[in-house]
Amino acid sequence: MEGFLAATVIAGMPLLFATTGEVITEKSGLLNLGVEGLMLMGAIMGFVAGYETGNPWMGLLGAMLAGAVGSLIFAFLTITLRANQVVTGLTLTIFGTGFASFMGKSYVGLVVPQMIKDFFVKIHVPLLGDIPFIGPVFFRHDVFVYFGYFLVVAVALYFYRTKRGLNLKAVGESAASADASGINVMVYKYLHTCIGGALCGLGGAYMSLVMMSVWVENVVAGRGWIAVALVIFASWNPIKAFIGAFLFGGLSILGFRLQSMGIHISQYWVDMLPYAATIAVIILSSRKNKKENQPPSDLGKAYFREER
Amino acid sequence: MTRFNIVKRDDLPKKREWFIRTLAILFSIVSAGLVIWILGFNPMEVFPGMVKGALGTEIRLTQTILKAIPLIVTSLGILVAFKMNFWNIGGEGQILMGALAAAYVALNIEGLPRLVTLLLMMVAAMIAGGIWAFIPAFFKARMGVNETIFTLMLNYIAIKFVTYLQYGPWKSPESQGFPKVATFPDNAILPKLFGIHIGWIIALVLVVLVYIFINHTKKGFEIRVVGESKETARYAGMNISSVIIIAMLISGGLCGLTGMIQASAVEKTLTASLSGGYGFTAIITAWLARLNAIAVLFVCFAFAILLQGGSYIQVSMQIPAAVADMMQGIILFFVLGSEFFIQYKISAVGRNTTQKEVA
Repeated sequence: MEGFLAATVIAGMPLLFATTGEVITEKSGLLNLGVEGLMLMGAIMGFVAGYETGNPWMGLLGAMLAGAVGSLIFAFLTITLRANQVVTGLTLTIFGTGFASFMGKSYVGLVVPQMIKDFFVKIHVPLLGDIPFIGPVFFRHDVFVYFGYFLVVAVALYFYRTKRGLNLKAVGESAASADASGINVMVYKYLHTCIGGALCGLGGAYMSLVMMSVWVENVVAGRGWIAVALVIFASWNPIKAFIGAFLFGGLSILGFRLQSMGIHISQYWVDMLPYAATIAVIILSSRKNKKENQPPSDLGKAYFREER
Repeated sequence: MTRFNIVKRDDLPKKREWFIRTLAILFSIVSAGLVIWILGFNPMEVFPGMVKGALGTEIRLTQTILKAIPLIVTSLGILVAFKMNFWNIGGEGQILMGALAAAYVALNIEGLPRLVTLLLMMVAAMIAGGIWAFIPAFFKARMGVNETIFTLMLNYIAIKFVTYLQYGPWKSPESQGFPKVATFPDNAILPKLFGIHIGWIIALVLVVLVYIFINHTKKGFEIRVVGESKETARYAGMNISSVIIIAMLISGGLCGLTGMIQASAVEKTLTASLSGGYGFTAIITAWLARLNAIAVLFVCFAFAILLQGGSYIQVSMQIPAAVADMMQGIILFFVLGSEFFIQYKISAVGRNTTQKEVA
């Protein structure tokens, strides 16, 4: 059981980064449906940079840059040029998928260098790792996972305990009011979209550099979309996103687990589970109508200062 | 500091509007060329190679038209949903479910005349695709459930389900262990006219029908009103739920029909990869065509050139076909951006000392 839960943490990690990234983006009022594309761009650029330099930091940097540049395209089109956010996001996914598959053609089957494998080796955290049950599940992983924990706490503190976090909320709820109160709406929107994109890129890099450690085409396999759904599930709260990511991470590896337990159920049915569960989640979340569970009011709307 | 004034413009001459769009497409080709060049290929070989690969010989032209047919039918389906501001990105799943139903008819009903068999397959495919679109439409209409994620998740479920059938219960015993559904009998295969299966006639007829439906019928009008403003629709006494559901039945039905055409005329069986990404490309083509059925015809043909050209250069120049996918994205980025210059007028207002710059 401990082994399964520890594997769940690993499987949930790409979702955690992507979901947190998308929460940050959506908090600023932008609905970026390009998460899948951003994750793929991060996955391939992280892999290429890591493979070519042998340096894990370059891999992470490459992934973040790819995600940030991809979302910068999105930000420019939707914020400055006021293009339709849904269509622009979809386009970003199509572009990112093509980009990753094009860039990755000559890397298919190649394995990440030993230096990077060593960097992401499992580390047993002193003390914390010795706590019964919790230790083996949460504190015997690679550094990437610990960065994920840190990220969730940092983002939660930023949202709920800082002035900038409050400003961000104002921008997402009503850009016009935020603008009137002197917040630089454009900077907030651009910055948070790019940070969100960089995190999606990291989520992709976790798949290519750590989970798989080898480049396979379309490595992300729909996780970007599950992340978009998890944002709704988490009602834009990073702590809930953490729980959701691991829940869905667990679902995605349930098949192997069941088979190893000798339960015979077709692999294809088990494969459907995360997607079916995502549908269940969005149906159930649509029933929630508590005030704090609502999306930012300005989500998906372009902001026209001149038409205020 | 120079300040920019951005003003919404009311009427731009159609000519200028298309000039801006053409310019956007030219820019996108230049940028795509730049990307190709950065990635180490020569755009001066890649682009002519793509055109040659798509139009160079009669066989290649046939291949291009074969790619245009499913793209046109799917785009028409997507268009009906998008007109209503319903983001149906479940085209892939609806195509597959349509193909599945058509395959069921083709493999299980025997002894009927060819025309009856084919018509039955079409009806079954449209119903199956329609049902696959009805599910998210129902939840959207009743509970406001986000249709983007819902339709997309149904894609994955359809793919897994068809894979399950292909590897399990529907695996042909004659395929010697190879996971393959049985080939359709001759009766279930669309006939050819002028060397290309009659899907091209179906596509042309549908372009006209969808154009008339959207622009000249009451239901089409209601779909457009719901798309522009739900409040207006409600005020005018329209039943929004029923409009959403009917539009999605049509949208999914058309995608399902694509599945039937591909299964019957191209694959001659059911495979999990039969939807071939048309459900996603159709989103781009429908949008580029400004959700106009007639324009869909031309945009889809242009995109078929891109797709066929992409697979040609893969074989002839060892350049990954994904270059076509990337170009699709780049073209749409530019066209999306160009809409701004069509809708707004920008003028620099010289120096300004008191006010902050309008970003």
